[in-house]
Amino acid sequence: MKTSAQEKIPFLRDPAKLAILYQFLTLAGVGLLSYYLVHNTLANLERQSISTGFDFLNREASFEIGETLFQYSAADSYGRALAIGFLNTLLVSFIGVILTVILGTLLGIARLSSNWLVAKLSAIYIEVFQDIPILLQLFFWYAFFYEILPSPRQAVSPFAGIFLCNRGLVFGVPFWHEAYKYVFAAFVVACVIVFFLKKWAAKRQAATGQIFPLVRVSLVLLLGLPLITWWLNGAPAAMNVPELSGFNFKGGVTVSPEFTALLLGLVLYTAAFVAEVVRAGIQSVTKGQTEAAMSIGLKQGQVLQLVILPQALRVIVPPLTSQMLNLTKNSSLAVAIGYPDFVSVAGTTINQTGQAIEGVALIMIVYLVFSLSTSAFMNWYNKKIALVER
Amino acid sequence: MTNIGIIGWMKANLFNGWFNSALTLLVAYLLWLSVPPLVDWALVNSSWLPSGEQCTAGEGACWSVVTANIRFILFGFYPHDLQWRPLLAVVILIALLFYSQNRNHWRKSLFYAWMVGLFTMGLLLKGGLFGFASVESNLWGGLPLTLLLSVFGLTAAYPVGVILALGRQSEMPIIKSFCVVYIELIRGVPLISLLFMSSVVFPLFLPEGLVINKILRAQVAIILFTAAYIAEVVRGGLQGVNKGQYEAADSLGLNYLQTMRLIILPQALKIVIPPSVSILISAFKDTSLVVIIALYDLLKTTQTTLSDPKWMGYSAEAYIFVALIYFVCCFFMSNYSRRLERELDTGL
Repeated sequence: MKTSAQEKIPFLRDPAKLAILYQFLTLAGVGLLSYYLVHNTLANLERQSISTGFDFLNREASFEIGETLFQYSAADSYGRALAIGFLNTLLVSFIGVILTVILGTLLGIARLSSNWLVAKLSAIYIEVFQDIPILLQLFFWYAFFYEILPSPRQAVSPFAGIFLCNRGLVFGVPFWHEAYKYVFAAFVVACVIVFFLKKWAAKRQAATGQIFPLVRVSLVLLLGLPLITWWLNGAPAAMNVPELSGFNFKGGVTVSPEFTALLLGLVLYTAAFVAEVVRAGIQSVTKGQTEAAMSIGLKQGQVLQLVILPQALRVIVPPLTSQMLNLTKNSSLAVAIGYPDFVSVAGTTINQTGQAIEGVALIMIVYLVFSLSTSAFMNWYNKKIALVER
Repeated sequence: MTNIGIIGWMKANLFNGWFNSALTLLVAYLLWLSVPPLVDWALVNSSWLPSGEQCTAGEGACWSVVTANIRFILFGFYPHDLQWRPLLAVVILIALLFYSQNRNHWRKSLFYAWMVGLFTMGLLLKGGLFGFASVESNLWGGLPLTLLLSVFGLTAAYPVGVILALGRQSEMPIIKSFCVVYIELIRGVPLISLLFMSSVVFPLFLPEGLVINKILRAQVAIILFTAAYIAEVVRGGLQGVNKGQYEAADSLGLNYLQTMRLIILPQALKIVIPPSVSILISAFKDTSLVVIIALYDLLKTTQTTLSDPKWMGYSAEAYIFVALIYFVCCFFMSNYSRRLERELDTGL
């Protein structure tokens, strides 16, 4: 009699061998497909006499870019133009993320407000802005600037010193003064002090049980030190306020309609999603947690800081980061309203040089770097805040 | 003070505490400032007649831009006499969607109804069979195109997404790594880069002489994009199925295909129905991006209307109209997804 080990398993019934066969077939399939595509592509490129490679980055771009963070002219290279576009993408995403988090948090809290009017309005906002495509919203805000807002002469001024007109958003800034350097230095120093203060306070609390009023002291330090420095340096307060001269504003800072429309669209759209994230996070902390914290004698602020926030943030931060990433990816729609972001500049480059493969590859690499670094951060954060279970 | 009736309700919901009272008054003041002028603009002083003569003089909204161009906005360059065909296709689609809403109708016959329905819609749009005049796809546009791209996009992306999700869960390292790389790559880049790829790079991939039309290329890009997102949703469903189910299937002697088809996928796909509706919503919104590669979807036909000198300057009205279409569709879908979530919640 044979034992089962000696019994020969038919090839098609052996999972281990089948697995090898399937994987080999997949590999072969993908390999053949790539060979076919590369072969076709090379033939097509040769026929259209397009050279491959990234040499074009050093050639003269010969197109202008409307908004640049550093010096650029049409005589500069494609590489420099793309760098400008990249910085513009970073700029709009960075400012957008900050504003989105603020607005989204406010909306999320408002959604849970015990005030019926506020809660309902916030719910309507969230529903409406989530359900309209971001591109349509961008077109709307773009048209809002160019068609609905008046010329600088009749500019709308929602707050003193801020003007909205068809040339964009114009607002006043303080004139540069030496003192601001020291104010900034004072702020950095205050941050460092707060950092060490926090360590010291935690150590002292662990050793003696005494609680140090950290939040209040840090606030005083962070605001007080720069203010005192500013005051000691003669309190410079001269403002560079925009003023009408002829048909346009002089002075102040002008932000283009394209940038403002893009920022407005991205922030209003993403904030609706962030509000839902924040709401879910706050609701995830059960009422028992608050009651337990209060019953062991914590004060209102401590309940929030020590019990609610740490638990809510664990739920909020992962989807929040993915919303931030969405905002960054959606900023690529700038190309539709003429803001020179990376995709827009890359698109122009593709049109002029015909280097379609390289251009699209560059776009993909840039966004992949964004999303991979975000997910690296997420992994680090998840590890850091993971529940330590007994 | 009374605690019941409207005053009691206001006391409890609007004026509980000084902060909420102040907030209510502030919000009410802001609403009073903004709503009446908006109503005046949109309804009282607006003009609706397609001729649009009052628009230049009027203070209010010029809805004439919509009423005068409604057929172009909705159907694009589709031949004027044949526009009943895309209209009928859209009606069939909406009827099918409404019928599918009720879960009691989810039987095999519904699946066949969908297949027949999708085929009929394609036939109505394309023509060329059964005596229908053929309409080239470069004339398709407007709402049918938007719906076509999103519905066919999701229908075709779903099986691809399920296969990708299974591949990602697989124990075969090569297949697994292919799937992981694909999913992460696609999810890491914006849709617009794929659309660029479909319009400028994809033609280079094809052998000389073979040309695939622009709508199909965009459709492929949308399918490839949506599939990666579906894969992640389905993966969540697969992970949600109890391990005991796999072991039970193994102990019955079912092979991989049988296990998946009979035991795992029916349970996993049920879990992921609500998030799948969310993906349908974003796919529906995302189709508007094809404007950037110059396909005449709903948004592009609107823009084309607005570039007509006669209708220049009425963007707000036209965009609000399109936004309303998108809003109504998405609102129904997201409400439906929330309802399903409640219904399917078995409390396990």
